[in-house]
Amino acid sequence: MWSLLATGETVNQVWYAIPLVIVVSLVYGATRHETIPGILVNAYHAATWIVSFMAVIFGILLVISWWV
Amino acid sequence: MPSTAQTTTHEDLNIDLRNPGWAAFWAWLLPGAGHLYQRRHAKGILFLVCILGTYFFGLNLGGGHVVYASWRPNDKRWQYFCQLGVGAAALPALVQSRLVRNGEEPLFGGLMAPPRFVSGTDNQFELQRDELARWHLDYHAYFDLGTLFTMIAGLLNILAIYDAYAGPMIMPLERSSDKPPPNGPAGRPAT
Repeated sequence: MWSLLATGETVNQVWYAIPLVIVVSLVYGATRHETIPGILVNAYHAATWIVSFMAVIFGILLVISWWV
Repeated sequence: MPSTAQTTTHEDLNIDLRNPGWAAFWAWLLPGAGHLYQRRHAKGILFLVCILGTYFFGLNLGGGHVVYASWRPNDKRWQYFCQLGVGAAALPALVQSRLVRNGEEPLFGGLMAPPRFVSGTDNQFELQRDELARWHLDYHAYFDLGTLFTMIAGLLNILAIYDAYAGPMIMPLERSSDKPPPNGPAGRPAT
């Protein structure tokens, strides 16, 4: 797993997911709430879901990479 | 002007959507502008910063080449339909496309201009003239990352446009269960 993350280019590209997750969560939250506190709470939950989903996909790909 | 109230369990909403059609148009033309027109300033600024920030960040990642309009046989740039969601910020690509198609020199040093030649083959001689291949070679994965960022910005603005047109899509669990709201989606009377 660490060899997958350790290569410089891969690490750089993974970092680019962070601003995307933040922006998508904020905009998604803003389409469901009108006040800033509501938006932030929804954005936090959305970000948690997105990161969890990405982690699951990462885990699946990791297992496949071990098998193949 | 429609102006009604919708109560939720934790947010009291009283949203004046003004003219929803115009708001949606402004929201497309400039992300967040529709909300600013409706005097929903916090959300307007949030959409403006988030969506345009993502768009220009992606545009910068790809050296200004990731947003272009082209529908030639070897280069059908379907991604532009997603990028067009950010409105005015993506429109220069149409002007640049027209200039290149007419054989003229693109403006602004080729920003948002389509590649002049795309071979679509593995022929080495043609690949040397292939401008799209050269962009991929120059920017590596950042060309695709930039394309992705600008596409997501355009798609996110579609959510913002809907929000400007119809108000926030309140989740069912957040609605007061005692009595249904008398009106449709926030601010507009049900028909």
